[in-house]
Amino acid sequence: MNIRTVSALISTVLHYYNTYTRLYYIGICRKGLLKMVRNRKRELYEKIVETIFLLCALVGVISVIAIIIFVFYKGLHPFFGTDAYSFWDFISGTRWAPGSDTYGVFYMIAASVLATAGAMVVGVPIGVLTAVFIAELAPKRAVKWMRPAVELLAGIPSVLYGAFGLGIIVPMIQVISPRAHGHSLLAVIIVLTVMVLPTIITLSESAIRAVPKSYREASLGMGATQIQTIFKVVLPAARSGILSALVLGIGRAIGETMAVMMIAGNPVQGIPNSIWSMVRPLTTNIAMEMSYSSGRQQEMLFATGVILFLFIMIVNLTLLRITHKAGEK
Amino acid sequence: MKKAIALSMIVIFAVGITACRSNSANSAEVETIVITGSTSVEKILNEMKDEFQALNPDVVIEYTGSGSSAGITDTKAGTNNIGASSRELKNEEKEDTLKSEVFAFEGIAVIVHPSNQTVSNITEEQLADIYTGNITNWSEVGGRDHEIFVISREESSGTKSAFEELVKLGDAGGLGGNAAVLEGNGPVQAAVAGNENAIGYVSFSYINDTVKPLRVEGIEPTVEQARSGNYPLSRPFIFCYYDDKVTKAGKAFLEYAVSEEGQEAVEHQNGIRID
Repeated sequence: MNIRTVSALISTVLHYYNTYTRLYYIGICRKGLLKMVRNRKRELYEKIVETIFLLCALVGVISVIAIIIFVFYKGLHPFFGTDAYSFWDFISGTRWAPGSDTYGVFYMIAASVLATAGAMVVGVPIGVLTAVFIAELAPKRAVKWMRPAVELLAGIPSVLYGAFGLGIIVPMIQVISPRAHGHSLLAVIIVLTVMVLPTIITLSESAIRAVPKSYREASLGMGATQIQTIFKVVLPAARSGILSALVLGIGRAIGETMAVMMIAGNPVQGIPNSIWSMVRPLTTNIAMEMSYSSGRQQEMLFATGVILFLFIMIVNLTLLRITHKAGEK
Repeated sequence: MKKAIALSMIVIFAVGITACRSNSANSAEVETIVITGSTSVEKILNEMKDEFQALNPDVVIEYTGSGSSAGITDTKAGTNNIGASSRELKNEEKEDTLKSEVFAFEGIAVIVHPSNQTVSNITEEQLADIYTGNITNWSEVGGRDHEIFVISREESSGTKSAFEELVKLGDAGGLGGNAAVLEGNGPVQAAVAGNENAIGYVSFSYINDTVKPLRVEGIEPTVEQARSGNYPLSRPFIFCYYDDKVTKAGKAFLEYAVSEEGQEAVEHQNGIRID
């Protein structure tokens, strides 16, 4: 159903509703009985339309609740009851070997955190400065092709990022790395950096554009240069928007699976000790084994999902707090 | 009229959420063949099973992967029609009336980059050491002084479990953290072809010009050597059964397994044909 059909239906309903409202007033003027009947009919239609809207709204809400219940139920199961797996062993273990009933995800948590942090350290300055350039400095002609390019970057499927990483970045790292392989934390960071750029750029740009013109005029009027104005006035004023861009970028980076899986190496054990080390982030662990796993192994993959979920929840709560604070101002 | 439109919208919605019902199955007499045993044969067996059942609609094959030893024990206990094993029967398992039939072979090749001229032979013990991470440099196995890029497979891979079983990796301490885990024979082949210091293992059918297969314990990885059992990283896939327990349908399946169609299934799942 496309938007047109929906709006046509809604306007039909509204039209019908209006007609009835008119009839209703006529009814008041005439007989009490007629009024009662029409009133009831009107209420019925009101209810039906309301229910349709409610059902639509519930699809999203029910999905999220179902996913949470499902993941947590399956994921927490192996830690309870007889034959329970020690949660501490799970969260602090550095070896994943379902064949020998060993499930440790600490090295994956380390991998996810390091990869995300790395992508942020490199991606945020690049992204924010790009946003400043597009919003404040670039000539209109440059903006005209720059912004679509960034938007296109956001639309590229992640498997293509992975293919790009595997075909270009991994062989390049192989040449410069002291280790024997190009699959590495560094490759993951580079690809994730490119992947979070569109999020950071687009959101930061709109935050910067939302800063009132009067701020800039006041600053320039005081004799500040354009660059001074940008760093001392515009960016601080757009702070909360840029922060939410950053948090959303973190969410994107930590949740990325496909592209990362192709270039990370995914070893079964070992905490990464340099940017040349291979890593196995939480997401790829789930993606690599879920399709064929069963029993304890599958539950442990859900448990990995629970950890990932907690990270995402922290990210979203942070985002909520930031936007809430911005609202207070 | 408009009322009708509004109502029809609701009807469409209601129809949309009504679940479809499946057609009731016809319950004709079906004969069941129970096969238990090796999990390594699962992929080949599943393909054979699907085709055989399509050709014989009155036969149902039930396969449970429980390990080669369990499959042979089940056959002896009479709890299955056919036992599947991914190794030869041990002497103590052999009986005069217990028949066994090889229906496929599996061969795993150890591959390196073609530019790796210094290493062309490797022992099973060295392979175990490389994959546990005890050996990390090519110089330790007679090559040049450079770190080894070890490539292994994902947990579900039959090739992985066969490889680890054959080189006894579990006894040596299991797969080390230095090994990359790639999904599928193809990606392993590609990764080895793209890295001068890589070592990996693949099914025989993935040997080509882009990689160099190593001799294992001095034996070339060829189909003939795998069939004869000389090549260390190879093993036969076997069905074992008693004549009186196998049933007519079971017998037909055993014949199918070694027929042209059955052997095509073997080849399709990267196994080695028996002929």
